[in-house]
Amino acid sequence: MTAKGKFVGRSVPRLEDRPLLTGKGRFAGDVSFPGQWHMRVVRSPIAHGRLGSIDARPALALPGVHAVWTYADIAHIPPIGFRLTGLVELEAYRQTILAHRYVRYVGEPVAAVFAADPYVAEDAADLVDIDIEPLPVILDAAGPPGPFDEHRNTETSVIEKKSGDLDAAFRKADMIVTLDLAIGRHSGVPMETRGAIARYDETRDILEMHGAAKVPHWNRDRLALMLGREPGQVQLYEGHVGGGFGIRGEMYPEDVLVCAAALKFRKPIKWIEDRREHLIAANHSRQQRHMIKAAIDKDGRILGIDDEFFHDNGAYMRTHAATVPDLAAAMLPGPYRVPAYRARGHIRLTNKTPCGTYRAPGRYESTFVRERLIDAIAARTGIDAIEIRRRNLIDKAAMPYSLGFSTLGTDIVYDSGDYAKLMDRLLAAADWQGMQRSLARRRAAGENVGAGFAMFIEKSGLGPFDKVRIEVTATGTIEVITGVASIGQGVETAMAQVCAETLGIDYTRIRVVHGQTDRIDKGMGAFASRVTVMCGEATRMAAVKLREAVLGAAAELMQTSAGQLDIVDDEIVRTGRPGPTMKLAELAAARPTALTAEAEFKSSHMVYPYGAHIVQLRLDSGTGAVDIERYLVAFDIGRAVNPMLVEGQIVGGLAQGLGGALFEEFTYNDGGDPLAVTLADYLVPTAREMPTVETFLSEDAPSPLNTYGFKGAGEGGINPVGAVIASAIDDALQRPGAVTRLPVTPWAIKEMLRGR
Amino acid sequence: MSGKTAINLSINGRDYAITVEPRRTLADAIREDCGQTGTHIGCEHGICGACTVIVNGEPVRSCLMFAVQADGKQIRTVEGLAQGDRLHPLQQAFMDHHGLQCGFCTPGFLMLAVGVLEREPDIGDEELIDVLSSNLCRCTGYQNIIKAVRAAAKQMRQR
Repeated sequence: MTAKGKFVGRSVPRLEDRPLLTGKGRFAGDVSFPGQWHMRVVRSPIAHGRLGSIDARPALALPGVHAVWTYADIAHIPPIGFRLTGLVELEAYRQTILAHRYVRYVGEPVAAVFAADPYVAEDAADLVDIDIEPLPVILDAAGPPGPFDEHRNTETSVIEKKSGDLDAAFRKADMIVTLDLAIGRHSGVPMETRGAIARYDETRDILEMHGAAKVPHWNRDRLALMLGREPGQVQLYEGHVGGGFGIRGEMYPEDVLVCAAALKFRKPIKWIEDRREHLIAANHSRQQRHMIKAAIDKDGRILGIDDEFFHDNGAYMRTHAATVPDLAAAMLPGPYRVPAYRARGHIRLTNKTPCGTYRAPGRYESTFVRERLIDAIAARTGIDAIEIRRRNLIDKAAMPYSLGFSTLGTDIVYDSGDYAKLMDRLLAAADWQGMQRSLARRRAAGENVGAGFAMFIEKSGLGPFDKVRIEVTATGTIEVITGVASIGQGVETAMAQVCAETLGIDYTRIRVVHGQTDRIDKGMGAFASRVTVMCGEATRMAAVKLREAVLGAAAELMQTSAGQLDIVDDEIVRTGRPGPTMKLAELAAARPTALTAEAEFKSSHMVYPYGAHIVQLRLDSGTGAVDIERYLVAFDIGRAVNPMLVEGQIVGGLAQGLGGALFEEFTYNDGGDPLAVTLADYLVPTAREMPTVETFLSEDAPSPLNTYGFKGAGEGGINPVGAVIASAIDDALQRPGAVTRLPVTPWAIKEMLRGR
Repeated sequence: MSGKTAINLSINGRDYAITVEPRRTLADAIREDCGQTGTHIGCEHGICGACTVIVNGEPVRSCLMFAVQADGKQIRTVEGLAQGDRLHPLQQAFMDHHGLQCGFCTPGFLMLAVGVLEREPDIGDEELIDVLSSNLCRCTGYQNIIKAVRAAAKQMRQR
């Protein structure tokens, strides 16, 4: 273990908690302005159709209704652009702000009602009469493509990643293992629905949007471009955000609508999504089908992997463009040596809600596929699955290890890792051999019990930069101003800890500002487990500079040299000997403008944490329920700023992973009508379904790419959950390869138990 | 729909005389008409429990109750838990055990747990998990919420 610092490495309480515990939070719904109008979006009730006339007169006749917008009112606004992996050929498939000529999923915004009261706005939305001529729907992304419009079909693009000589690998293979696997449609489903409040301040000529999240600077720049304003004339303000998970804070049509309406009507415009809207209109994710085959030798060593997959992106391409399939293809090899590799991903559109990222995008999917494949290799060769993993793991001595292709604009080079060591540690913690013996005894006694093991590589710390400015205010408070965002993960506490460590000031005295575009000119936001790595290093760099500035200014006033001074508990003191001291606040008052420092950390490579999960479970033959008896997680993130927060990330991610493995799915009927439109249909795990999780954090492999060795902690809890649950269910059934799709619902388990 | 009714909501010991449509939910009345935005709305169909408040001693989903049904009743919300700067033992336990991340579901969990622990201070572990499974959290995986409520229950029993 790396030595603990005074603050870094300590599980200190969070700075964020008090207002959230006392009801003083400021979430999007809590933001109101005098005279505001409320927007209600009228959504398509039809999954695919030609849009005819829209009659808004009955809605407009309702007292309190101010306006109804359709496409004609916003035709001058271009579709939202791509934030990541924006392949040019995908641009023609972007969603217009309101539907134009066609509707392509149930939930698509067709019109917007503006009224004095949200209840009236909802009444009026029901009165807007939309004429839609239904068209055939496409719901299977792996089936034949169909028309998107007169010129294009629903196969938008095919991405490919490859390395090595695949043909040669399959020619010399002793065996070929083939699988057909599917992952269902899930999403982040944060507890706070989306919301946006726009306000135009005529005196300053500034358009404000409140309720921003995740990527405020990108959204600011893009909104300015779309609405024909200078970026400085648009400011975004992040308040509290009730969960992110990839989905929240991406730019959506509704964000653009409130901003355009605030400019047009010169009224504050408030939009708060309801849960049904959220489940059919905010980004979905995950749905893929993989046909994968591996060439192996007789000892179970992988010679090559060839994967062809179909990514169901729903009705349109949104801000993430090709990101999810690209990551699935790029991260599929995981911790194993794959000398020859090819993944071809068909990016398909269907008449379902459009997709974006969801925590561990592409990896939840491809870890499920890869670890299923490893288990299948074990079954085929008759060699133990742990031994197969051990034979194929990338050795520590091979680090840094390049896969030979790129994703998110960065070459994939695993920066550090000792995968075998982590695997052995977790197996020992679980007493894997003892667990196997005990499960065998219980199975012999008639119980359906089993255990699973899965490994994974995560990626984190996406650049290209983060910028931080630190200022000492006149009262001696330290303000760390960043361009990142808070989605509940504890960024204020973690950045304060990093700053405190370098400065020598208690972390509770440090105020971390995030998500405010008028406080710092640029920023990358919070996604891809990037904040602790990128903003953490930028904070450290700025804190080093600030420390120099503080000691330099103090040396002048204290008539000594900076080298003789240190900062201890808010005071500048002489090192090694007693003498006069100076409070930081006194120094700030004496040198009001001198105590500021700025730094930018640039990085062109991601950093790669890794881990393993073990689960032991029992299948209930009566109900098909899965009872999780034990769950263990090992995760190496290089260095943990705050182990308590890291464990919180792991357990929280795991709950979501369990949802995707066993309960959660956006299903549709044959007509494309969504069937999961309430939280009684889309089954998020509760306290009852969650096992107690045993977590083992290790710091064997600090990243060489930043000073502290940080790697991101946000996605290792969710990444292999589907994979490990599938493996354990196979084991409980004593039927290798039984699980071929997620989620494994009670109904599916009963079927499998019957089919035994 | 347009006819409004005059009602009195007593929230954390303070009276709010408001006029509401019969269809107005208690959650909306607490937030919009009485300005107490600590009570959150997460689904408006009674599943997530983010809007849980205590009405006459019972935890209820304020999205499933009309404001007119709460006329004259004693309502407690998250804003009434702390005594000045001193946090309620449950709030303190949530902080100590990292029982919250984004904090959106937190007021609902706090009011659910306060309501239950006041009525059943000796509630058993299994029963407590059943109670806590009536609300949803998407960040924490519940482990630390359960720890926090157990710790607070112990402390509340000692007082």
